[in-house]
Amino acid sequence: MKKVSVSFTLNGDEVSADVPITWTLLKTLRETFELTGAKEGCGVGECGACTVIVDGQTVNACIYPVPEIEGRHVSTIEGLADKEGNLDPLQTAFLENNGVQCGFCTSGMIMSAKSLLHDNPNPSEDEIRSAISGNICRCTGYVQIVESVDLAAKKA
Amino acid sequence: MAEYQYIGKSIPRTHEIDKVTGRAIYIDDLKLPGMLYGKILYSSYAHARIKRIDTTRAKQLPGVRVVLTGYDIPDVRVGFIKDQTVLKRDVVRQFRDEVAAVAATSPEIAREALDLIEVEYEELPGLFDPFEAMQADAPLVHELDARGRPLRTNILPLPWKFSAGDIEEGRRQSAFTVKDRVTTTWVNQCCMGTSGCVADFDANNNLTLYNQTNVIFGAKQRIGDYFSKIGLKGKKIRVKNVVVGGSFGTKLDTDIYEFICIQLALKTKKPVKILFTREEEFKALPPRQPAIFNIEQGCDKEGRLTFRHAEAVLDNGAYTSWGVTTPSVMMTPMSSLYRVPNVFFKAECVYTNNIYCQAMRGYGTPQATFAVETSMDRLAEAAGIDPAEFRIINRNEAGDITPMKLKITSCGLLECIEAVKEKIQWDEKKGLQKDRGVGMASLIHVAGGARVYKSDGHGIRIKVDEEGSVDVISGGTDQGQGSFTVLAQIIAETMGFTPDDVSFTIGDTALGLWDAGTHASRHTFVAGNACILAAEKVRRQILEMSAELMPRIIQYGLKRKARMDKEFQVPDIDFNLMTDPENLDINNRIVCLKSDPDNPLYQIDVTQILRQGLHVGTGESKTVMAEVFYDPPTQMLDREFKGNYSMTYAFGTTGAEVEVDRATGQVKILNLVAAHDVGQSINPALIRGQIYGAAYTGVGYALTEEIKVQKGKVMNPNFRDYQILTARDRIPVEAVVVEKGDEDGPYGAKGIGEPGLVPTAPAIANAIYDAIGVRIKELPITPERVLDAIKAKEGDDVC
Repeated sequence: MKKVSVSFTLNGDEVSADVPITWTLLKTLRETFELTGAKEGCGVGECGACTVIVDGQTVNACIYPVPEIEGRHVSTIEGLADKEGNLDPLQTAFLENNGVQCGFCTSGMIMSAKSLLHDNPNPSEDEIRSAISGNICRCTGYVQIVESVDLAAKKA
Repeated sequence: MAEYQYIGKSIPRTHEIDKVTGRAIYIDDLKLPGMLYGKILYSSYAHARIKRIDTTRAKQLPGVRVVLTGYDIPDVRVGFIKDQTVLKRDVVRQFRDEVAAVAATSPEIAREALDLIEVEYEELPGLFDPFEAMQADAPLVHELDARGRPLRTNILPLPWKFSAGDIEEGRRQSAFTVKDRVTTTWVNQCCMGTSGCVADFDANNNLTLYNQTNVIFGAKQRIGDYFSKIGLKGKKIRVKNVVVGGSFGTKLDTDIYEFICIQLALKTKKPVKILFTREEEFKALPPRQPAIFNIEQGCDKEGRLTFRHAEAVLDNGAYTSWGVTTPSVMMTPMSSLYRVPNVFFKAECVYTNNIYCQAMRGYGTPQATFAVETSMDRLAEAAGIDPAEFRIINRNEAGDITPMKLKITSCGLLECIEAVKEKIQWDEKKGLQKDRGVGMASLIHVAGGARVYKSDGHGIRIKVDEEGSVDVISGGTDQGQGSFTVLAQIIAETMGFTPDDVSFTIGDTALGLWDAGTHASRHTFVAGNACILAAEKVRRQILEMSAELMPRIIQYGLKRKARMDKEFQVPDIDFNLMTDPENLDINNRIVCLKSDPDNPLYQIDVTQILRQGLHVGTGESKTVMAEVFYDPPTQMLDREFKGNYSMTYAFGTTGAEVEVDRATGQVKILNLVAAHDVGQSINPALIRGQIYGAAYTGVGYALTEEIKVQKGKVMNPNFRDYQILTARDRIPVEAVVVEKGDEDGPYGAKGIGEPGLVPTAPAIANAIYDAIGVRIKELPITPERVLDAIKAKEGDDVC
């Protein structure tokens, strides 16, 4: 299979890899870099379980062609805690406020919230809901996820 | 109410830190050395004869390790009533029939290989309507039963018939009666993590199945049964769960893909993973069982129910999983939701060429409750009684024994109805608003185990090491509900330790003791009681150890202090007080006097006891551990489906306020109040999470969700077309927790996993009626159905 060489910044580190040209960013993150926090929940960009941040914007990594990642900055859930392992306020808030149940949507949900809080440190409930509207969760009814994001915003 | 250290506190889910750091290993993430990837080829027809299968080209594709059809593996029947095989030979009976399977070095190659398998079919006419399929002259979906005996009908030979009291006498006593046809449809569980497993055989053909099941021992038994028929009798089977991305009923049965995965691994001698795509999850995973009810109820002049008569027809699809057993659970609301003396319920399950069904949160209760609560509202109106008042008149109460012989030992139904009335401003709003309305519905559900198997037990092992770490091995599973946190709270409370001390190993048949399964909202109740018993035992052991060691350790400490500090005055301590374990207590890891727990002179850190007590010396070392099996003293249902099969029952009421747009048919939920009798909150945040999540799924059940099936084919196999709710569908849910305590529950708790979903749809339907005077008895209540119903009513009004 034809491969493509890509170099990009992944959670602050310069990385490069030769990957099949047909691969998505999600597959590259999971297979090549063994970062399995982003999940494939649908594979067609509907559920947001694969959400990562590329150059400050959330993307569905499952439909993001890997050649497009050249030279960009990618943040995943694995890069959210600091180097000492201290959790991001969002991660703590999700644990403390039952924003996590099965956890399958959690990585994507937290990354969507991270991007929101970066752009808008004091979001309203509507803004939080809008920011995570591309992230489907079947366990929580979203209530405690919205509360968790709100809590993290207030603590930060 | 007792003052607890950890019970009733919203302890954070810190045990699950891996879920917020991306480190939790789900089946998607599990990769074993040399692992292959399996894919399944499904039927192209709802009903057809397989004339020819040619796998030659698929086998030649580089990277393909094996291609299997039904002709390559033993033709062994599996499933609840053994009505299907793993890979189908000769005839396919539904679109999701598994025709062939491939294992290859990558999922992409496996998928490509599927396209190279040539299957020639001869299409046969299909049966897609259960009522047509019930006709005497209908063609048969199955010509033979599991034993090879000829079948004469598509109606399954199942005994779903319940009768109590005398319906005719009930009719005679009735001042008012109503009769309705109520319809529910297929809905998908929509776990965010799709179905999948990894099968791995060792060189002796012993199997480890990495799985997501709720019932590890049930899965082991089913696979063992299969093994005995394919020449692997006696081979060892270990079922081991990874982190589970949701279940909602999908992981109760052992699905066909699991047997296929086992076959692929067996043939290739390599570990094989099968992981469903979302499309497969919609098309090839059994959804919630649909049911069509004809329900009739009556009441006397005072509004007291006189009888309930209901008949249901269930489209079974082409094969049988747990969906067919939902009528046994429907019997609980049918017989016991509200006090009704005379009850008849019958359900017929019918083979068709549609998709077949399994469990989903609430099992058959949401379907049956939609029927009962639609009828309750109609009967209240017929009797001229406010629907809330009508429900209060007929409410269940503690001390009742229902027609099904359920013993209601605790019941907060009245409190739930009253809470909903108050929060939703029932009296101010009912019947008084233009295009806005309020409605309510209630539920009963098992909440203290459910003896559907001979054992409803849960085994648990606890050991405490010299540092005071409490390691628990449980045969249960967790699918996201937070068992680790809740059970750690129960153990910590009982032992006098902290929840942080407690670690769990779960979901492994090689380590855990028997558990009947994490289903039926039973885990907190049954595993919680087991935890209390085991924690009491280890606590007792530590206290006995303390009685032996505490005086010596304290005395030694005081002497040492006196040696170091000449001015230290040795206090006057009565060491005899410490020599009887009955006098001692453990409080936040400090062993102390029961009678004077705050006295620092009589306190010692439990680690000091454990370090000295456990490692005494050669031949003397001791253990602090306990092994406990708790099986609630309940009854199996008898032949008439009567018996107290749960220790206690959950009650709850949902109230909805809606606004209906007459022009578009859109229903907007303005307020949803879910009041639940939980006995006692162990962890209020987690209880709210269960209620919110279940209520949201209930709203989907009410308004949007439907697997659209046309001539057996799933037409909307993705989230968008399925119309799953998102965070943008802002549904204001308020959870009200009623705590009356249950004498048999762990610290008084009852199960709450499923109840939140159950009354949601009928509450919304009843609110829509209050808003626009149109009663919709078919789920989901889509804008089209609302508009059609409005038009039909206007037509009626004109006439």
